[in-house]
Amino acid sequence: MIFDGRTIAVEQTGEKMLVELYRRYVGDYPKFFKMDTLCRLGFIAAEMLIGAENDVPSAIILANRSASIKDDRDYLATISEGNYYPSPALFVYTLPNIVTGEIAIRHHVQGETSFYILDTPQQLDAIIAATPFESALAGWCECSTKDNFYAKLQLIWNN
Amino acid sequence: MVYCIGHSIISPLGEGSQANVEAIQSGRSGLKRYSHRFADVEPFCASLFDTPQEFVPLCIRSIKSAILTIPGETVPCSSADTIFILSTTKGDHLDLLTPAKAIVSHFGNPNPPIVVSNACTSGVCAQITAKRLLEAGMYKYAVVMGCDIQSRFIVSGFQSFKALSPDPCLPFSPERAGLNLGEAAATIIYTSEPQQSGWRLMAGSIHNDANHLSAPSRTGEGAFRCLMDVTEGILPKDINLIGVHGTATLYNDAMELAAIERAGLKDIPVSALKPFFGHTMGAAGIIETIIGMLMLKHGTFIKMLSGFGGVNAAIRLTCE
Repeated sequence: MIFDGRTIAVEQTGEKMLVELYRRYVGDYPKFFKMDTLCRLGFIAAEMLIGAENDVPSAIILANRSASIKDDRDYLATISEGNYYPSPALFVYTLPNIVTGEIAIRHHVQGETSFYILDTPQQLDAIIAATPFESALAGWCECSTKDNFYAKLQLIWNN
Repeated sequence: MVYCIGHSIISPLGEGSQANVEAIQSGRSGLKRYSHRFADVEPFCASLFDTPQEFVPLCIRSIKSAILTIPGETVPCSSADTIFILSTTKGDHLDLLTPAKAIVSHFGNPNPPIVVSNACTSGVCAQITAKRLLEAGMYKYAVVMGCDIQSRFIVSGFQSFKALSPDPCLPFSPERAGLNLGEAAATIIYTSEPQQSGWRLMAGSIHNDANHLSAPSRTGEGAFRCLMDVTEGILPKDINLIGVHGTATLYNDAMELAAIERAGLKDIPVSALKPFFGHTMGAAGIIETIIGMLMLKHGTFIKMLSGFGGVNAAIRLTCE
């Protein structure tokens, strides 16, 4: 993990790394353990950025290529033929914008929350440039399996 | 502001915006009761195509049909001046980006497509994105299309929330008992090139309730803020119609009413279209905007939506 240009040493990898970071930097938000991997990823990145700046953004604008594919597959597995017991707790995470909702709830952000599915981060930069906001948590937040994920978030201020 | 130059709806009620409006005006609904369409799933009421549709061909048909409604001129689909924006929640069998790329490739458009995935608000959010990009001068035309195809995935998920009504839904009724799902494709084409007449997209706003992932704020925090934003500078008497989300779930409709009252807009007529189309998810915001424009013919129309993740969105359109 790289934070503000500094590499932060972690002992764990994959999903366990997110739990390690939660215990080290957050620790007081048990809802974290209900979240899917995409939300845990975005949540941790947001915690560190917002905590460091001590400034809550007015908007949250995130993007990725694969939407909520990990959760979609997990949910599909639970409704396979002959085992039809859908879980609302799992279904709610089958939308990529849920991560923006989790961060909004945690930091009480009542401004814009948006999620885009794009091919490149450059497309997101163009969208952000055209979006009105005072300050935004913005960037890429992607998760294809529980151990394959990538987030690159930043806080942006408009004067 | 940006100008609407063409639109289309393809739903179980018909092909083209006009056919859909005529169906509604004659009191027809796309809703039917299904028992075994998606295996195992209990009886539910939905608006589904009789012949199952493939996502990409349906989207392409919708865009072509919208282009045909543009008077006099066409849209330079293969030009870098045109951006394609797709609103969908589940895309083509859970893939959102690949079908979007297939659609732009079909039209020979060089720009990578934008997919808006902001839950049930996506169709309104996609129009807001179009407005911003056009106003920033990045493009001259935006083809905004929304589509979702129903599946066992979606039906079972909404059932797990006990959100589905076994009967046709009753938005804003004290008797309301849940929503009906639907499938459709709809397209609106916007341009920044000034037009002499027609509907203009004047304002758009997106806000989060910051309250709960799957239940709307009881006081309509996000929806209220959206309504305040899009009505800034105009008087309630100048607004002719509010197109609500009106899913007919207990909490959604109560939340929307709370937001409308708080915004001082409770004397304005509202329209809820889910009894005709069901909840068409990625297409809902686009279909309901088109129907609002056609039913009203001229005046000022506000379209609002809310969705999972606590997100709310609203737009204001005007036609003199």
